[in-house]
Amino acid sequence: MAKRLRAAAGWARTHLFAGPWDALVTLALAALLAAALPPLLRWALWQAQWSGDAAGCRAAGGACWAFIGEKARFILFGLYPPAEQWRAALAVGLFLAMAGYSAARFRLPAAGWALTAAACGGLLAGGVAGLPAVPATQWGGLPLTLLLTVLGLAGAFPLALLLALGRRSRLPVLRALCAGYVELVRGVPLVSVLFMASVMLPLLLPGGVVIDKLVRAQLAIVLFVAAYMAEAVRGGLQAVPEGQDEAASALGLRWWQRQRYVVLPQALRVALPALVGIAIGTFKDTSLVVVIGLFDLMTSARAALADPRWLGFSAEAYLFTGTLYFVLAYALSRYGRALEARLAAGEGE
Amino acid sequence: MPRLRLRCDRRCLRALAAQALLLAAVAGVLAWLAGNAGAKLAQQGIASGFGFLGKEAAFAISEHPIAYSPADSYARALTVGVLNTLKVALPALLFATVLGTLAGIAQLGRNWLAARLARGYVEAVRNVPLLLQLFFWYGLLTELLPLPRQAWSPLPGVFLSRRGLMLPAPAGEGWGTLLAAAALGLAAALALRAAYGRVRRGGGALAALLLAPPLAAWLATAGTRAWSVPALQGFNYVGGTTLSPEFAALLLGLTLYAGSYIAEIVRAGILAVPRGQVEAGLALGLSRAQVLRLIVLPQALRAIVPPLASQYLSLVKNSSLAVAIGYPDVVSISNTAINQTGQAVEGIAIIMAAYLSVSLAVAALMNLYNRRVALRGATR
Repeated sequence: MAKRLRAAAGWARTHLFAGPWDALVTLALAALLAAALPPLLRWALWQAQWSGDAAGCRAAGGACWAFIGEKARFILFGLYPPAEQWRAALAVGLFLAMAGYSAARFRLPAAGWALTAAACGGLLAGGVAGLPAVPATQWGGLPLTLLLTVLGLAGAFPLALLLALGRRSRLPVLRALCAGYVELVRGVPLVSVLFMASVMLPLLLPGGVVIDKLVRAQLAIVLFVAAYMAEAVRGGLQAVPEGQDEAASALGLRWWQRQRYVVLPQALRVALPALVGIAIGTFKDTSLVVVIGLFDLMTSARAALADPRWLGFSAEAYLFTGTLYFVLAYALSRYGRALEARLAAGEGE
Repeated sequence: MPRLRLRCDRRCLRALAAQALLLAAVAGVLAWLAGNAGAKLAQQGIASGFGFLGKEAAFAISEHPIAYSPADSYARALTVGVLNTLKVALPALLFATVLGTLAGIAQLGRNWLAARLARGYVEAVRNVPLLLQLFFWYGLLTELLPLPRQAWSPLPGVFLSRRGLMLPAPAGEGWGTLLAAAALGLAAALALRAAYGRVRRGGGALAALLLAPPLAAWLATAGTRAWSVPALQGFNYVGGTTLSPEFAALLLGLTLYAGSYIAEIVRAGILAVPRGQVEAGLALGLSRAQVLRLIVLPQALRAIVPPLASQYLSLVKNSSLAVAIGYPDVVSISNTAINQTGQAVEGIAIIMAAYLSVSLAVAALMNLYNRRVALRGATR
């Protein structure tokens, strides 16, 4: 016992009170925690209401988790018909399971993903296998956020490859066009690109052609993300030694073959951690579609708050939604770290 | 002397043709889009060009650093928007740098408690969308704070309520003179330092140069300076200056979010300094603080400045999320202008021009600074 105490004191001396400044910092932080934690815990746990109605919540004075219990389904799935929400839940579950499997194996099985995409699409849209059809205007919540993220990344990737290769091309016109696009898009905020897609795109198309708002937002995200991804890929391309391309050229490979078999596989490996970072950013940035009124996770949380029976519980709604975002983004960032470590160890094959 | 010959073989001809084709295709698509837009705008009877900038804006703006009324022109409304963007982005930039540097250093320090707290802050804030954080802070500020009548007054003349933070504001011309005098003193002191290098002895002269002009102005303008103190009249406060809840939520959200990214940049920069440098510094008898200030940070800065510059740029761009919580920044005001005039193309062009110029200015400044901290010869 005394030995344990001595060890603890020793640990505290080196880790908390190593000098006068350290001690001061420790004491200040401890005081801050002591002041902030008890009221916070009281609010979140002891005085919280776990069931009941808004009046009960207001009387208790703590967090109103009953509000989340009441609204969780709405926040998660938005306007999707309640009787069919199991389909949206199943689609999200399928997608997450497939993503988890791919992450654990460090590979993207093409057939598996094609199957998953088809299954998720079928589940969400319906109209097949006896499932009633649900139009895209009723999709919402987490499934929509994931859809915008995944399609945004998948659509941006090929475009980013072309932009990155184009920016390193020998043809000056192509180089200037690609560089101009990337710098222009990176210079403006996503909000303005989304506004542009919702206001200007209809103007730019010939009369009579109408594109759904969801598709327009998706297009804006693709065009925006592609610019950032192109820079990550370009960084990877710069890390591939010149000799690789020359050697491939000496072997008689054509330009496309050299890129496909020699340069890009090496470049993408270097760019992978940056690409994971962009994926996390895209996932978070889809929340911006709130400004053009698409019903994603962020919008459905806001809509739940607008219920006149449950006014004034914004902290609870945002903590709940924020936790959802956090869990997925944090998992992705852990995956990025693992990937980096694996690549550093040189066993990515 | 060999004659310069312009020769173009088949490959070169093919490259030229391909580029000409590409340029024609891009120009064709752009012309097609522009033609469509022109036809639709004409059909809807919407004017084009920037003539609307001179017209009356006819909408109110809740906060304006310069005088503004709905009778003013669109150009002035947009200027207010740009100033509002700068008003929130520049302080956020400063605070986020300080917070990020502290959190970055704390994560690597010996203090266990500080390291844990810094790590928790960085992970929690980085993995949640900024927009959600803005909504959270805005909700907290507008729901938890008391109504204006029951405002909380921590100091005389300072009131905190759902309407925002009301502060006493300087009033009268004397303040302008004082500010000009202080600027003069600072400029003179900087000029002296630049002329004589780092002054070792003449510290007194430097201080005198710095302080004399504002002190003289302080005494001279005593009669023309006053404070405008906020006071409750009816349902709202009159006088003083107000920091709106929108501004406060945006400033807080941007600072915390950018701070978490800057913390990671600082951490990575410090980790890039070889461990031997610290050990050598300690072996020379420097204190830990001295090692950090004199040895680690100058070297870490080289790795920190380039990503920091792009973080600053994204902070400025992220300030456009103001539109979601109703802070009148340049995007929000351009949006109102677009809705009123229908001139979407011009409105978007103005937003892009505003952000591109701010981005270019920040990038230029950071490049300048980078050249100072980078290894000699490394940037040339």
